[in-house]
Amino acid sequence: MLYRECGVFKSTYAEDMAIFPLPLDKWGMGILLIVAFLVIPMTADRYLLTSIMIPFLIYSLSTLGLNILTGYSGQLSLGHAAFMAVGAYTAFNLSARLDLPILLCFLGGGLMSAAIGSLFGIPSVRIKGFYLIVATLAAQFTIEWVITHWAWVSGENVLGAIDTPPMEILGRSIDTPVEKYLLTLVVVIVLTIFAKNLVRGKIGRAWMSIRDKAVASEIIGVSQFRYKLLAFSVSSFYAGVAGALIAFCHLGCVQVTEFELLLSFWILGMVIIGGMGSILGSFLGAGFMVLLPIYINRVVRMMAGVVPSDILTNLELMIFGGLIIFFLIVEPYGLARLWLIIKGKLRLWPIPY
Amino acid sequence: MLFFLEVILSGLLAGVMYSLVAIGFVLILKASGVFNFAQGAMVLFAALTFVCLLEKAIPFWAAFFITLAVMIVLAVAIERIVLRPLVAKPPIILFMATIGLAFFLEGLGQGIWGADVHGLNIGIPDDPFEWLMNKGILISQFDLVAAFIAAILVTVLVLFFHKTATGTALMAVSDDPEAAQSVGISLRWIWVITWSISGFVALVAGIMWGTRLGVQYSLSLIVLKALPVLILGGFESIAGAIIAGLIIGASEKLADVYIGPYVGGGLENFFPYFLAMVFLCFRPYGLFGREAIERV
Repeated sequence: MLYRECGVFKSTYAEDMAIFPLPLDKWGMGILLIVAFLVIPMTADRYLLTSIMIPFLIYSLSTLGLNILTGYSGQLSLGHAAFMAVGAYTAFNLSARLDLPILLCFLGGGLMSAAIGSLFGIPSVRIKGFYLIVATLAAQFTIEWVITHWAWVSGENVLGAIDTPPMEILGRSIDTPVEKYLLTLVVVIVLTIFAKNLVRGKIGRAWMSIRDKAVASEIIGVSQFRYKLLAFSVSSFYAGVAGALIAFCHLGCVQVTEFELLLSFWILGMVIIGGMGSILGSFLGAGFMVLLPIYINRVVRMMAGVVPSDILTNLELMIFGGLIIFFLIVEPYGLARLWLIIKGKLRLWPIPY
Repeated sequence: MLFFLEVILSGLLAGVMYSLVAIGFVLILKASGVFNFAQGAMVLFAALTFVCLLEKAIPFWAAFFITLAVMIVLAVAIERIVLRPLVAKPPIILFMATIGLAFFLEGLGQGIWGADVHGLNIGIPDDPFEWLMNKGILISQFDLVAAFIAAILVTVLVLFFHKTATGTALMAVSDDPEAAQSVGISLRWIWVITWSISGFVALVAGIMWGTRLGVQYSLSLIVLKALPVLILGGFESIAGAIIAGLIIGASEKLADVYIGPYVGGGLENFFPYFLAMVFLCFRPYGLFGREAIERV
């Protein structure tokens, strides 16, 4: 009744190509943005901002990056966390050593990560499928090793830890959770729009053709080398910016252990649970995986009272693993698919015709 | 020269230990096409169960067979709960499911048996082998025994695959699941068998690695050692896993001894991956992997 294409007339090319062609979608997005920009900063407490919203946004961005590589271009990567580390450490060095404006540091972190990402993406031209994880794992371990063994990278800190310098934009210092949240939000929104336009244009179609049938796309003239490398570099760029945001807006002080292999798996989990090849899915998956441990913790406490922490950890692991499996069985194509199904049903609701 | 020989030999023997884990991967990949990331968690789970049974004063072989039974029950459960509903889904979904499985097994194993470090002693001394020591080479007896056990394991597996009806059925399934089904091979049964066998391999690997490192959480991280071996060898070949294990083991030790001092050590974490990556650029399907022919 409310949510349907009937009555929406597209009379110009721009209207036809709009990201949200339906009025309800536009309003929904508008309300979401108002909530994100006004309601949350005004009402949310420190906990909600620093422990849920900021990590959610940052992981969404990182997941978006991996989704471009794995979901859109079909190249499996287990080194995403390392590219986040590259972004974090580069941004730190740019800020601490060169004293560049903070947004330039983020950009620099992303670009450095993109350069290294495309370097490790070169073997993807030859290596396919699960064999490719060796190249991305090589990236993961090599980058971890470089950060821990080259003291220069972390500013001569013994543990490879970095303590981010204070941030400033146009003379205004960014240090409260609300300000950090807003900065993260703006960066994430800008990059999301960029990604959305990337994947629905020529480049995105080339990526999807590689994913769906590499040989066929090569035959019709899609350069495998160029587009695979582009996918690697764009994906790493997003990871790098996300890593820089983690260092500057989320944790403040990071060690290389934050960016271990486990995080790569988490992000891959976010991609798959959210939905491969979906921008919305990246956000849903990240939200799911950020909230899940928090809720598991709460529910376990509620049901069993005070539990010794080691049992709690193991229980969390079991529930987490079990839920991933359960989720894959119920909806192997992710939360984004659920949203599509809901949308399809809404079109016919309440009177199917 | 003797030192060089010693480094190579100990590397080769360490490589055998990697192969032990990689074989578990290969078995499951061959039969069900699942890239089983939970192999490390299975090694941890088997080793924890085994060592805790031993600590309850259960004799060695009884503990071994009880653990084996547990692993078989686990295989049945995995087939029923995880694999069956996910039949014919894309490989990456199954891969992700095994990551979930790995989390679950790690939690389960440590939840039941505790997260303490258990020492495991199976009566093989970790001392230098005397005959070689007299020649000036230090090689642990334990390593030699481990290599010997691995050799027996591989022989048994190869015989099983080539000489028994079930083994032939397994090979048929790995070759073409649909054709295998159409001649009356039950896929479910085959999966239970493969996961049981890889549970058995996990147990053997768990005992050997547990003796070496102590049974603890980090045991599940040996998948990371097995992965480059698996990839270098090619996903479908047991022989490949062994040979790649030897190559990786030896070259990793050589790199660590001869290059390590110049760059600050810690090479063993990423060197195998680098080696495998460079190698794969020339042979994209590993040493003995099956080349996928792509058609439009």
